[in-house]
Amino acid sequence: MDGMPKWADVVLVPVISLLLAAIISVIVFMAIGQNPWEAIKLMAYGAVGTSDFLGYTLFYATNFIFTGLCVAVAFHASLFNIGGEGQVLLGGLGAAIVCIFIPWPHWTLALVAGSAAAALFGALWVVIPAYLQARRGSHIVITTIMFNFMASGLLIFMLAGPLKPAGTMQVATGIFPEATHLPSLHDLAGVFGLDLFGRSPVNISIFLALAACVGVWALIWHTRLGFEIRALGRSESAAKYAGISAVNITMIALLISGGLAGMMAVNNTMGINSPQLVDNAAGGAGFIGIAVALMGRNHPVGIVIAALLFGALYQGGAELSAATSVQVQIVVVIQALVIMFTGALDEMVRSPIRKIFLRMDRSSAAGE
Amino acid sequence: MNDIAPAIELKGISKAFGPVQANKDISIRVMPGTIHGIIGENGAGKSTLMSILYGFYKADAGEVFISGVKTEIPDSQAAISAGIGMVFQHFKLVKNFSVLENVVLGAEDGALLKPSLRKARKQLTALSEEYELNVDPDAVIEDIGVGMQQRVEILKALYRQADILILDEPTGVLTPAEADQLFRILGRLKEEGKTIILITHKLREIMDITDTVSVMRRGEMTSTVKTSETNPADLAERMVGRKVLLRVDKVPAQPKDVVLDVRNLNVTDDKGVHRVKDVSFNIRAGEILGIAGVSGNGQSELLEVLGGYEKATGEIYLNGDQLDLTGDKSDGQSRRARGIAHVPEDRQQEGLIMDFAAWENTAFGYHHDPRYQRNRFIMDNAAILKDTQEKMDRFDVRPPNPMLAAKNFSGGNQQKIVVAREIERNPDVLLVGQPTRGVDIGAIEFIHQQIVALRDAGKAILLVSVELEEIMGLSDRIAVMFDGQIMGERMPDETDEKELGLLMAGMTNGEAA
Repeated sequence: MDGMPKWADVVLVPVISLLLAAIISVIVFMAIGQNPWEAIKLMAYGAVGTSDFLGYTLFYATNFIFTGLCVAVAFHASLFNIGGEGQVLLGGLGAAIVCIFIPWPHWTLALVAGSAAAALFGALWVVIPAYLQARRGSHIVITTIMFNFMASGLLIFMLAGPLKPAGTMQVATGIFPEATHLPSLHDLAGVFGLDLFGRSPVNISIFLALAACVGVWALIWHTRLGFEIRALGRSESAAKYAGISAVNITMIALLISGGLAGMMAVNNTMGINSPQLVDNAAGGAGFIGIAVALMGRNHPVGIVIAALLFGALYQGGAELSAATSVQVQIVVVIQALVIMFTGALDEMVRSPIRKIFLRMDRSSAAGE
Repeated sequence: MNDIAPAIELKGISKAFGPVQANKDISIRVMPGTIHGIIGENGAGKSTLMSILYGFYKADAGEVFISGVKTEIPDSQAAISAGIGMVFQHFKLVKNFSVLENVVLGAEDGALLKPSLRKARKQLTALSEEYELNVDPDAVIEDIGVGMQQRVEILKALYRQADILILDEPTGVLTPAEADQLFRILGRLKEEGKTIILITHKLREIMDITDTVSVMRRGEMTSTVKTSETNPADLAERMVGRKVLLRVDKVPAQPKDVVLDVRNLNVTDDKGVHRVKDVSFNIRAGEILGIAGVSGNGQSELLEVLGGYEKATGEIYLNGDQLDLTGDKSDGQSRRARGIAHVPEDRQQEGLIMDFAAWENTAFGYHHDPRYQRNRFIMDNAAILKDTQEKMDRFDVRPPNPMLAAKNFSGGNQQKIVVAREIERNPDVLLVGQPTRGVDIGAIEFIHQQIVALRDAGKAILLVSVELEEIMGLSDRIAVMFDGQIMGERMPDETDEKELGLLMAGMTNGEAA
């Protein structure tokens, strides 16, 4: 017996987790002598208060959708890919190479090629961890974490060397050629005569993210491959009985996962206002993806909602530290609290709620 | 009222899990120095009741009296101090510890181990002699047989001064000879004044050794009778609530051509243990070959090889064509494509994905079936759902809800989902492992009928079961496995449980005959 209705599982638990995180955040604000109500108002304003800020929130949410999907797909196969961070960096490398070295006539072609390259590079970066997991049983958590460090090293090497334009001091590629720049939502809205999202970098790749959500949904619940991924994730012994190859499915699921993380780079390199690849291109999105996937219960719809929330938190937090004397570290603490309560401490909230529902069930059954 | 207080008395015990009333107003009295059986179908609430008695669950209502004294049992420590000992179905022993260390574990006298062990050794030897347990205190658990391990569990309880011993399905893993030995020990314990509660689903055991028996059905204790005043048919009827056919109803087999031909099959597992040794047999169309044996003697590996998920050397022919035993074509998908269906021994670990809904489990293993696809990429979930609904109706799966997760069905209904999926493929060969393990009597009858019907449709069936009764009742030919080898083949009407029991214990053909 599950004991808990679905709405409680999907809505009530995350809401209570968020409330707990909020309560502790309030305590933290009071401890450092800030007015929590003011801080919350500022954060909310910073996240959605102006069209510009909303645009930033959506921009970050786009990142988190990709990394959330990355974690979720692996999770369905019972694999914990925490290498999203490194896979995003490699994805950036792929997108950058395609944009810099190939003269594209139009951004649409660049988008297709850039997405493909980003996905390919992200997927390639997980090949070795995936192989080691599938064939040698080396734990994917350990190997992908190590690969994050290597990705970071590789990126700096590339940005300080082969990809660095002559005559600059910045560890970054040059600005990509004009024809590869993706239209921002501001530009798109302009076509319809609307003035939206100001100078924010939110761009067309948000639609790519939404398309990826649909793709993952179809893959996981409507294809044989998804069926096999879920079967393997739920019961390896049963998968073996059914003739599902654990090695193949582990590899494939992780490659798809890495590819999704890689595609985040499209948003974060080709989509930004001055498109280029910088050394901290991932910005922690790979890790936030874990919380997004957990909170979204590994379902694309949940992931979109969780990504919006984390996007707002990210952007609102940035405004908060810009507008007040609140140090940026406090914002990180708040984000960490949310991640902790919605992700790591999920079961702490879930199990008492499950018990309450069990008791309610029983008393209503007794009342019949 | 009797003069002596009952060793254990339960009054009005109730326990609910959510909307499920696992135990409903249960009252029993067990007199000291008796063996009391508790029998009931799966999910009747036997295990819940015993878990309450052992402090794993807290009852919603009711009282427990031990030797006439009202006793609270909040945890297993309290149960032990109240003199209750429990022998679980799955032993709770540390495999690389010696018998002595296992007995002392959790009952050490102080921080230092030596004095405890010395004291325990003396007591252990005394207990072992008193009850004729014949256990060597220095033997390491992983080196001794299952029967012996079970005696260690009994010793553990006795060492903790248990006066009331609860045994949960104790004979599931034993050979008939080992079971007899266990019953002798239980008899001895009874003579010494211990009280024994035996939980089982085997009617024969109840008849053989209990003094009184309680029948549970749907969480209620429906009746308690003296064993001498009842009989198996009567008990079965009390358990199920209707008349039950205890014998499998079938006409003599009419075997045709050989369908499955296994020659010199050898299996060595990952650890290098030789599990199946030079096994050869064949099965004809319209015939059920039963493989008897105590679990762990190579039957599981044999099924796994035939089912395509264990590598082997040797040859297997299906309708004259050789099967791939090591390469790309030795997987479950290829076997299914060749017409081999498989009801695996462990439905919870292999046959089903417990978190998947019934409809997903119906497609499981057959998810490449063209009827289940909408196009090259997308599966036709609606078609699977419809197929599942039809199968559920035909096999009387309850509740007939394809959206319900497998884990929310009872054992019997779970098994029906698996059997429906495999039998309705109309396979040439059906592999069946432990088809009725943990399945209630009503469903057993139905599943047996389905297997026989498939045989009568001219299919070859390999039945592996540790239940001798099932093997004897269902098989047209019986092979006995011991230590990876086939010890001999018998016709069911030309042998008896005694002879098969000897073969299962490794006596060769000559010795057994």
